[in-house]
Amino acid sequence: MQRHLISAADLTRDDAVLILDTAEEMARVADRPIKKLPTLRGRTIVNLFFEDSTRTRISFEAAEKRLSADVINFSAKGSSVSKGESLKDTAQTLEAMGVDAVVIRHGASGAPYRLATSGWIDAAVINAGDGTHQHPTQALLDAFTMRRRLVGRDAGLGQDLAGKRITIVGDVLHSRVARSNVDLLHTLGAEVTLVAPPTLVPVGVETWPCEVSYDLDSTLPKSDAVMMLRVQRERMNAAFFPTEREYSRRYGLDGERMAKMPEHAIVMHPGPMVRGMEITAEVADSERCTVVEQVANGVSIRMAVLYLLLGGNEPAVAHPSPTTTLASRRFAPASEFRTNEEK
Amino acid sequence: MSKILIRGAKVLGGEPQDVLIDGETIAEVGVGLSAEGAEVVEAGGKVLLPGLVDLHTHLREPGREDSETVLTGTRAAASGGYTAVFAMANTFPVADTAGVVEQVYRLGQEHGYCDVQPIGAVTVGLEGRKLAELGAMHESAAGVTVFSDDGKCVDDAVIMRRALEYVKAFGGVVAQHAQEPRLTEGAQMNEGVVSAELGLGGWPAVAEESVIARDVLLAEHVGSRVHICHLSTAGSVEIVRWAKSRGIQVTAEVTPHHLLLTDELVRTYNPVYKVNPPLRTERDVHALREALADGTIDIVATDHAPHPHEDKDCEWAAAAMGMVGLETALSVVQETMVDTGLLDWAGVADRMSVKPAQIGQATGHGRPVSAGEPANLTLVDTEYRGSVDPAGFASRSRNTPYEGRELPGRVTHTWLRGKATLVDGKLT
Repeated sequence: MQRHLISAADLTRDDAVLILDTAEEMARVADRPIKKLPTLRGRTIVNLFFEDSTRTRISFEAAEKRLSADVINFSAKGSSVSKGESLKDTAQTLEAMGVDAVVIRHGASGAPYRLATSGWIDAAVINAGDGTHQHPTQALLDAFTMRRRLVGRDAGLGQDLAGKRITIVGDVLHSRVARSNVDLLHTLGAEVTLVAPPTLVPVGVETWPCEVSYDLDSTLPKSDAVMMLRVQRERMNAAFFPTEREYSRRYGLDGERMAKMPEHAIVMHPGPMVRGMEITAEVADSERCTVVEQVANGVSIRMAVLYLLLGGNEPAVAHPSPTTTLASRRFAPASEFRTNEEK
Repeated sequence: MSKILIRGAKVLGGEPQDVLIDGETIAEVGVGLSAEGAEVVEAGGKVLLPGLVDLHTHLREPGREDSETVLTGTRAAASGGYTAVFAMANTFPVADTAGVVEQVYRLGQEHGYCDVQPIGAVTVGLEGRKLAELGAMHESAAGVTVFSDDGKCVDDAVIMRRALEYVKAFGGVVAQHAQEPRLTEGAQMNEGVVSAELGLGGWPAVAEESVIARDVLLAEHVGSRVHICHLSTAGSVEIVRWAKSRGIQVTAEVTPHHLLLTDELVRTYNPVYKVNPPLRTERDVHALREALADGTIDIVATDHAPHPHEDKDCEWAAAAMGMVGLETALSVVQETMVDTGLLDWAGVADRMSVKPAQIGQATGHGRPVSAGEPANLTLVDTEYRGSVDPAGFASRSRNTPYEGRELPGRVTHTWLRGKATLVDGKLT
């Protein structure tokens, strides 16, 4: 990983653990009466959202504001993009206004990679979800949630997820969350099993570092965490499965199925949930379900990523060096932020 | 009449010989021919081939003159050693009437850089529903014999059957763009290991192979001949091989890019690699090369598809499909087929000139390099190596996947019926 965050596959184990550890420090800020650090003061970050995503945008915005960055929100609806402006022109226009980082959500797989590599702009690029490709901060916040719950908040520091058995269930074919999670969880030493009807598993999955099963019931007892993916109702119109009911019966998580999981195992969901489809209300509202926690953790993870990518411990006027890697940058404890700012 | 003596050229890669052009025809081929009264071109061991013939070119005129015109496209053709190109029908308006094909034909004649033989649409507006007036296009001044909805598949089995039958009356051939439309909805690249990782919609090999299988069986049933455009998979090769072994009248083409590039390049998300059919796997590339060598695939056709810069300078999903190819085709074939020992230069002449001229019935093209034949010739410096610089292209578009890539071979001279269209690598 260099100065951009495009894919979870670009992160080394040490990069990922550093981000998780940094996020734990960031989480402490949320416990303070004043939830703000001066770290990115004077830095401008644009949230460039070509696809509707209220929760991801708000999560990034909260993270940026807690780090005192100046935030510009750009959504494609009603903008020049809807009048036919290209991604390149939009990006260059925003950069001309002096942005240090671009957080991009785009419906086309690879759009953030293009933005980072085609020479259109110089700013750091953070992928907030591209098509059916990647959503690396989601994978990081999921790993963060798993580490806290399965290893421990303090015990987890410096640790990865070695040996943890993670089951991801649902529409893998159309899911950037699944792709990012398989990459990152493998890097962190976890054993991943994907469970889906064969129609929702991509051709070519055989090279992924995970197992694939079509049988949820036999996988549940061997899971430390079960991540349910959203399944859009429209999929049945394209014959991916016959009916909603049949999908729920075969691949949905209800109370009865949850009981087959080991006692310590957690239920996760990236949201938004389709209650009654992949998950019942009983499961979604249970103690074992971490959905709300994941949202809170998302802010900490995004703070950590922004901090590490934008070099929060460097003078605000300096541009991050393109050759600086995450792992080479040591995290400054939260208490030092204040010191830096007061200097 | 003007005379030109090409001195010391390896005709079809053989021993150096002299070739004397007198007017529009080859007057004499031999050793130590007299240069009297002739302009002399010192070939110095370069390879002399019959002028290349491209059965699959998009010239974009009328309608998309921002990407290519008949003039710029035929200049690109001459630059690449071509003396005849077949212009695909997916223009605006579509070449589905005698009026449009005659316009394209006449523009080619006027510019004079290479012969332009229009291809007529199979169905009105390429919509796949109603046969276009195939007979009228054949009887027009353009004399169309090849029909194709290229860009779209004639997916309706009945329409395809009728088209195959109908053109028998005047010896025509239907060239099929084999792509099952339902299996390729939202398709962005080859479906496989790379598409799974990149999260790009898959274009499965079976979408091509199933249509080819259907069409060779239809051709057998109605006793017609069918031509398969830009065959791209190992499975398609097997089907065509089987069909030929049964005596079915099928011919097939492969593009230079499918002989060289694979879907691994899509990992860059650079739309310069976006093309239809998509780049496939290493295994497919090798199957295609072997099939071209053993004759299962009859010809190389460029599928030269110019697009303006903005249609490629964007995210992958928004980009247009296609690559320019006329000016790099021979180099790619040298790299993949000649320098690998799969084909000699006589074989290249066969796959890039003789056979395409036969399939398209391009009179006067693809002829032997011997006395009395039309002087449609291409001189190639096969020792040359250089990196591809799109800035030097004669095409109006620059969407080449080879920018900066080192490729062998360079066309230095092209003659169209004795008239030089390219001299020392410069268009006349």
